Amino acid sequence: MRTIDKPSPTSGETTDSAVEAQMDAPTPGHFGPYGGQFAPETLMVALRELEEIYEQAKNDDAFKAELSALLRDFAGRPTPLLFAERLTAHFGGAKIFLKREDLLHTGAHKINNTLGQALLARRMKKPRLIAETGAGQHGVATATVAARFGFRCDVYMGEEDTQRQALNVFRMRLLGAKVIPVTSGSQTLKDATNEAMRDWVTNVRDTHYIIGSVVGPHPFPAMVRDFHAITGQEARKQFQEVTGKLPDACVACVGGGSNAMGLFYPFIEDVGVQLIGVEAAGDGLNSGRHAAPLNRGSRGVLHGSLSYIMQDAAGQITPTHSISAGLDYPGVGPEHAHMKDTGRAQYVAVTDAEALEAFQLLCKLEGIIPALESSHALAYLETLARELGPDKTILVNLSGRGDKDVNTVQSFLQNEPRMNTDEHR
Amino acid sequence: MPFVTCGDPDLESTRALLLAYIEAGADIVEVGIPFTDPLADGPTIQRANERALRGGTTMEDALGLIADVRRQTDTPLIPMTYINPVYQVGYDRFAARCAEAGADGVIISDLPPEAGREWIEAGRRYGVDTIFLLAPTSDEARIRRVAEASSGFIYAVARMGVTGARTDAPPEIGALIERIRKHSDTPICAGFGFSSASQIAQTCRDTSVDGIIVGAALIDRLENTSGSNEERSLPPPPSHAS
Repeated sequence: MRTIDKPSPTSGETTDSAVEAQMDAPTPGHFGPYGGQFAPETLMVALRELEEIYEQAKNDDAFKAELSALLRDFAGRPTPLLFAERLTAHFGGAKIFLKREDLLHTGAHKINNTLGQALLARRMKKPRLIAETGAGQHGVATATVAARFGFRCDVYMGEEDTQRQALNVFRMRLLGAKVIPVTSGSQTLKDATNEAMRDWVTNVRDTHYIIGSVVGPHPFPAMVRDFHAITGQEARKQFQEVTGKLPDACVACVGGGSNAMGLFYPFIEDVGVQLIGVEAAGDGLNSGRHAAPLNRGSRGVLHGSLSYIMQDAAGQITPTHSISAGLDYPGVGPEHAHMKDTGRAQYVAVTDAEALEAFQLLCKLEGIIPALESSHALAYLETLARELGPDKTILVNLSGRGDKDVNTVQSFLQNEPRMNTDEHR
Repeated sequence: MPFVTCGDPDLESTRALLLAYIEAGADIVEVGIPFTDPLADGPTIQRANERALRGGTTMEDALGLIADVRRQTDTPLIPMTYINPVYQVGYDRFAARCAEAGADGVIISDLPPEAGREWIEAGRRYGVDTIFLLAPTSDEARIRRVAEASSGFIYAVARMGVTGARTDAPPEIGALIERIRKHSDTPICAGFGFSSASQIAQTCRDTSVDGIIVGAALIDRLENTSGSNEERSLPPPPSHAS
């Protein structure tokens, strides 16, 4: 073995031209300063392959036709737009319309993305899919497409989440996926994502990692957004058909931010349409127990991209809390970070208690059991509908159904009997 | 080339370990600055990071320790960390602090050169080597790009996956090193999964590698050894340290 001299500062191989070459290197996947590719070297070639395959596929009529057919026949698109008559009357303000992503196969918007990425994995000839999941909806949607196309499938889920979303764990197992409980760190979505990344680094040659939100290194944030943009495209058309105009505001919950990005994206150029993302304030934004990086976080890199994250001054990721496992995440998609900075979208937050109240309200007034995640979007309607007034309209992404959450809600209401009153009848 | 996680389980233990490794003939020592979410690390180094963070270890602690040890030795000391703690300090300030502390180069596990342009410039400005990684999956274009951006040495990831002790010799490292050599004269050191003398000897015999990095295997041994420093066969902490 050769001996290594102490690498002196001047012995570096880097030349001026090398640095210039780096300066000229493309920096794909940026939204303003946010996004990028902060990934271990082992993944870099796979990320480029994914980017190339996706670029080909999105301009390929055969790919688009196959995805459309699957979204229609397998997932159940288009989803309806529903005027929430009694909810509107209850608040006495703006007219509220619900985009019914809760009616999709598997019970949430997540299937839009997993179908698209499964087709890409098949193009890349990768026989195995992995995913991270918080609430279990993305895990179920991944397990579902794995079953449909014959992929092997492993899903990483925080141990705490496997308990609060036990029903979804069983669904994934029924669908043939292996659910791997993650016991490291906070045992929630962040740690499940860490473990999925570690698996991917190890098995990247035969495995595609279906990231479940508009997060991660490029090309994931833009690609996942594109697969979910069908929500906003349909809703925009439906809304015009029903009302003759565009909504005054679009509202969606934001954890990683995929359902919000999917709803917002086709409205970005419609400057008259206010875009409002609702984060999880947990016990309150000032309690230190929340999951609201856009409201209370700062710039940093988590899971491969620069965005707003929850961290301490030294850049260590701080624990989060939300009653909703799907929103209990310290990061957010980089495009949301950019839209916050530019002012194109506003980001507010509602507490666990407010989300639970909205959950019950939708059950009782509209006959729809919403997911706890989506209940965060609903919880902001009281404020917004009154603020806008009866002449205005609001489009809400009802991103998922709440069957998975009934146990959580039940135990919460037993502990807080005050909330189980009839005040909303 | 041993790796220690700084502050695992406390700074004095790290100091003692560093000095012991250097006295035992380490050519370079890597000093891990702990991070809550070490994506490229397996369970052993994850646990080491958790212990270090529980003890309150900060980046300044790590750089302070490097500065202390630098006064006693010329052995190259290389901080290794993740991008977010560096991003929070700022590339320029971090490079300046590393230079002040006497660190010779820095490894940032999740910073490929494309995302590291500002870091490369800061490293050059302060004379701190920017050590980037290459993996068995890296193609020729990436090898060229990483080789151009790297100074000090190139970190060859010996096998697919995360850090952690393995017993078999890595099958792909020889081919990777030969591919890197076509594009660079920079020394190449290999890491990930090295744990035994025979495995290391075999890799050194079968490839033209310049150095081998051993991290998790050493931490595994420390975890499995309880008792005083004497029982762990470590020298007692230097008198000025206590």
